Amino acid sequence: MTEQAKPASSRAKQDEALLAYKGVWVSIELERGHVHPVSWELIGKGRQLADTLGVPLSGILLAPPDAPIQETVADAHAYGADTVYVMADPILAEYRTQPYAKGMVDLIKKYQPEILLIGATTLGRDLASAVATDMETGLTADCTELDIDLSTRSMAATRPTFGGTLLCTIHTLKARPQMATVRPRVMPMPEHQQGRTGETIMAKLEIAEDDIITKVLSFIPDRDQDTAQLAFADYIVAGGRGLGKLENFQLLRDLADVLGAEIGCTRPIVQAGGMTIDHQIGQTGKTIRPKLYIAAGISGAIQHRVGVEGADCIIAINADPNAPIFDFAHYGIVGDALTILPALTDAFRRRLAAGQAGR
Amino acid sequence: MHVIVCIKQVPDSAQIRVHPVTNTIMRQGVPTIINPYDLFALEEALKLKDRFGAKVTVITMGPPMADQALRKALTFGCDDAILLSDRVFAGADTLATSYALASAIAKIGETQPFDLVFCGKQTIDGDTAQVGPGIAKRLGLNQLTYVWKIESLDINAREIVVQRRAEGGVQTLKTALPALITMLEDTNEIRFGTMDDAFRAARTELTLWNAAAAGVTDPSKCGLKGSPTQVKKVFAPPPRAVKATQIKGDSPAANAEHVIDALFSAHPGMQDDLRARTTQNP
Amino acid sequence: MSEKFDAIVVGAGPAGNAAAIVMARAGMNVLLLERGEYPGSKNVMGAILYSNALEKIIPDFRESAPLERHIVEQRVWMLSEKGHVGGSFRSDEFNVEKPDRYAIIRVAFDRWFSNKAKEAGALLICDTVAKSLLQDDQGRVIGVKTDREGGDIYADVVVLADGVNSMLARQAGFRAELDPANTALVAKEMHFLPPDVIQSRFNIGEKDGVAIEMVGSLTKGKIGMGFLYTNKESIALGIGCMVGDFQEGGLTPYGLIDDLKAHPSIKPLLAGSEVKEYSAHLIPEGGYKAVPKIFGDGWVLVGDSAGLVNSIHREGSNMAMTSGRLAAETIRTLKAEGKPFSAANLSAYRKALDETYVIKDLKKYEGMPGFLHGNRQIFSLYPELMAGAAATMLKVDGVDKKTKEREIFKTFRQSRGLFGLLGDAIKFARAFR
Ligand SMILES: Cc1cc2nc3c(=O)[nH]c(=O)nc-3n(C[C@H](O)[C@H](O)[C@H](O)COP(=O)(O)OP(=O)(O)OC[C@H]3O[C@@H](n4cnc5c(N)ncnc54)[C@H](O)[C@@H]3O)c2cc1C
Ligand SMILES: Cc1cc2nc3c(=O)[nH]c(=O)nc-3n(C[C@H](O)[C@H](O)[C@H](O)COP(=O)(O)OP(=O)(O)OC[C@H]3O[C@@H](n4cnc5c(N)ncnc54)[C@H](O)[C@@H]3O)c2cc1C
Ligand SMILES: Nc1ncnc2c1ncn2[C@@H]1O[C@H](COP(=O)(O)O)[C@@H](O)[C@H]1O
Repeated sequence: MTEQAKPASSRAKQDEALLAYKGVWVSIELERGHVHPVSWELIGKGRQLADTLGVPLSGILLAPPDAPIQETVADAHAYGADTVYVMADPILAEYRTQPYAKGMVDLIKKYQPEILLIGATTLGRDLASAVATDMETGLTADCTELDIDLSTRSMAATRPTFGGTLLCTIHTLKARPQMATVRPRVMPMPEHQQGRTGETIMAKLEIAEDDIITKVLSFIPDRDQDTAQLAFADYIVAGGRGLGKLENFQLLRDLADVLGAEIGCTRPIVQAGGMTIDHQIGQTGKTIRPKLYIAAGISGAIQHRVGVEGADCIIAINADPNAPIFDFAHYGIVGDALTILPALTDAFRRRLAAGQAGR
Repeated sequence: MHVIVCIKQVPDSAQIRVHPVTNTIMRQGVPTIINPYDLFALEEALKLKDRFGAKVTVITMGPPMADQALRKALTFGCDDAILLSDRVFAGADTLATSYALASAIAKIGETQPFDLVFCGKQTIDGDTAQVGPGIAKRLGLNQLTYVWKIESLDINAREIVVQRRAEGGVQTLKTALPALITMLEDTNEIRFGTMDDAFRAARTELTLWNAAAAGVTDPSKCGLKGSPTQVKKVFAPPPRAVKATQIKGDSPAANAEHVIDALFSAHPGMQDDLRARTTQNP
Repeated sequence: MSEKFDAIVVGAGPAGNAAAIVMARAGMNVLLLERGEYPGSKNVMGAILYSNALEKIIPDFRESAPLERHIVEQRVWMLSEKGHVGGSFRSDEFNVEKPDRYAIIRVAFDRWFSNKAKEAGALLICDTVAKSLLQDDQGRVIGVKTDREGGDIYADVVVLADGVNSMLARQAGFRAELDPANTALVAKEMHFLPPDVIQSRFNIGEKDGVAIEMVGSLTKGKIGMGFLYTNKESIALGIGCMVGDFQEGGLTPYGLIDDLKAHPSIKPLLAGSEVKEYSAHLIPEGGYKAVPKIFGDGWVLVGDSAGLVNSIHREGSNMAMTSGRLAAETIRTLKAEGKPFSAANLSAYRKALDETYVIKDLKKYEGMPGFLHGNRQIFSLYPELMAGAAATMLKVDGVDKKTKEREIFKTFRQSRGLFGLLGDAIKFARAFR
């Protein structure tokens, strides 16, 4: 980026203003009493960045007063945060852009962090864009790696572009805070150091309910949705033509019940009327990013593959040892799905029975 | 009623190649398309034209050849098309892009007040999903992202109710117009324009705005100069060479045990996570 | 309410654009329909552009048209299993101020050509397919029906420039079905290479290009030809056979092109290239005898749709432009004279075409398609024999040249017999007379 010849003084003034921004912040997403695990993953990453820069790591928590704030703050300290800024207000009960952005921007302007990490959940992405625009700063989305370039003390954020066919490394040199969003399950979970303590700073949300135009009428959790929400499911089991008759899909449903998983299929199954289109996974179906994907009787054609490559772990069951799916699955079982699926269902049921001893 | 839709002309990402030596993106000869996510925004806007007779204006910021995307959008049935093109916009990141687009949309609003601005969920070349919210913040529009259904729209009461994708579920929100909506994918299917649409598209003169015409007051906030983020390096991800670990077991039951052992050891915490889920709804 | 134009042109290829430009310049209200997303998106062409036909429509085309390289060397190869024998014609003559042939890329060229039609005043509408012709009760063509809702469009005359399939004319019964024996299916790939690599491999300068025409055993005794043209940053490689031969011979287009890519004479030229595009397309090869009736009440056929291709010399796009221009000039004159576009009046188009190289060349090679059919060995045996002869003559193995010549003649006679050789020579000469 060609640096125009700015008069020395104004550039110095600008650099000096940037230097005022210190510390690494991580947004802690607490909604309906549950902290999204990506917040702890980012506390772990934030700790690393803060130690490299030699600056404090802080959490920022916006939540309604009746939320488990003490527990969350204690967990934040245990996972590595030095300080947690807390804004408790009933207005924050259900996520809305206006109040959350207002609260976060006020805190940023007051305490001036140099780096702000936010989980790339639908909440995080919505919030991060609004905050970044308000602060007129750089925001790098869905980062897969975050490091510090000590020569400039700026954050090197690496992210996919062109749909993942390429990666690029981005810096935010002349604006603060340097913002980045990171997808869940990209950064490792940090260690929970029981007994580690830290500071808590309460702050007031400077906005009234009647200043806020948008109202939340209702919230329906995914589990109660009528249509399958494959794109957002954590556990998915799917079947292909290899299961043969459509009745055999009952074996899939049995396994899905044990795992609390959603059921998916390949296009030929939808075309044969076995399942509706919202169950189809692949190029012209859903793109899934589950923690576990079990594929039974699926060959792994490219049009299916592009929809499943985002899964953390893929277990493929196929009678043909050189089925293409074995090229990208993590674990493969060569055999008849019609006998392996019931065996898997029984084994999982036993291993997951409540209070089952031994990990 | 007046609705504005932001679309972007992007290279067809399936054909992108990184030059093996210079590591730059080889865009030469790669066909350009309308950002696929923006088609869902276009269709949703055209549905409002069907229901309320809304006027649909489509706008894009890009190089002169981005007019092809606008021409294509017109054939679906849009009424007006504005091409925002100026050397000063070149190299813009999402912050600089939302500044230019917001200025242009405000300029449109001066003569033709608008009720809704539609954007796609994200672009396939940027994948950042920031331009929509950026425009909303700059123009004070109520921001509704990841919308998959407009439940109701009352023009006189200036009220809109939408269902949007929230974390772990679907939120129903009510807010006032003017608002900015980014549409979730797979919510509708883009229509094939009628012959009249095709004729109007071929005969419509595109409005070409440079920075000044778009009401941009501070050019230093545009293009590369106005972009806080700078791309230092572009490279191809390392190929994933490893193949599936074959589970060896002499019976289906043995196979099942071995694969679960491997799974739980490779993914600590998954057993507890599964156990927590299944005991909640036995 | 449906629209009415003076003329509708179906297809924005070389023929359609030429016709649209000429009529629009005459102030006629012209609609140019193209089914592709943009002109050129659906077209596959080698692609060598011959300047003469285009010069008559856009004399200064060289200033703005997207031209890849001007051809300075034309090679003709007869491929055998192991190599090829052939000749090449390279001369500074090609480097004249207005070169007569260029390598082009149709995606860019057609878009440029259609823009010229728009500049002339024609209304171009893409992404729209003309489904069928609208005819009145006397069978006169009065417009077209498209695949869009409310898609009936009327016109005084319809110029059918919809390419080799010529679906509209066939559907209306104006011409016969495609004859597999006289239609070639050509597969083509674009191989991308840095310009300096292309220039060093073909020993050409930055703006120069090489065109190689090939025939030989590669098409396994079936009638077929291949080509290799150099563009700025890519090499167009193509090979094809008669559709009929594909069906019988168990050949596939991509199989043929894979064989061609692996051929020892071709492989080194493509080394390190990256294939970015694969496409296949038909070429009318019936020659003069297969040219149908090209005019009727309210309609004319131009370009591939009229089968106007001289495959011996790989000339198609120039004939398309010339026929497009002549049809448009006939229509323009009738319009100016206020005469109806009846079959009788439109026959002037055919008369004009008869005077040009288009019909004269096709007539010259009238016998060729038959000859090629009857004498398949042209494609398999002779290239092998010639390559063998060249190898024998050139090998320095102490055998005297006289003995070598006797040996070569013996192999020729064994495979074709004395009379066979003579018969082939006479037929060949007559076909090329
Ligand atoms: C433009 C386009 C878009 C497409 N989009 C999609 C898409 O979105 N999603 C999608 O899924 N497909 C899509 N397809 C189709 C895709 O190309 C494949 O045809 C499809 O995914 C194959 O489905 P399948 O694996 O179920 O069947 P098959 O390919 O027939 O595979 C069956 C597999 O089961 C194995 N098998 C057989 N018997 C058994 C047994 N008893 N036990 C275990 N294994 C067994 C076989 O070895 C084989 O590997 C698309 C295709 C096109 C052209
Ligand atoms: C592989 C290959 C290599 C060749 N190499 C050469 C060469 O080197 N030099 C040369 O001079 N010639 C060459 N030719 C021949 C040349 O491509 C054709 O002769 C020429 O393109 C004919 O032009 P045209 O306008 O008649 O038809 P086309 O170029 O086929 O154009 C027809 C147009 O009409 C459109 N269309 C068709 N049907 C409809 C419809 N129903 N509604 C709306 N639009 C429609 C099509 O999309 C297309 O754009 C080659 C052909 C092939 C296949
Ligand atoms: N250059 C642009 N011109 C018009 N709209 C754009 C442009 N860039 C992004 N958008 C809109 O903003 C949305 C999100 O883009 P992004 O924030 O880049 O992922 C896109 O789907 C478009 O609707």
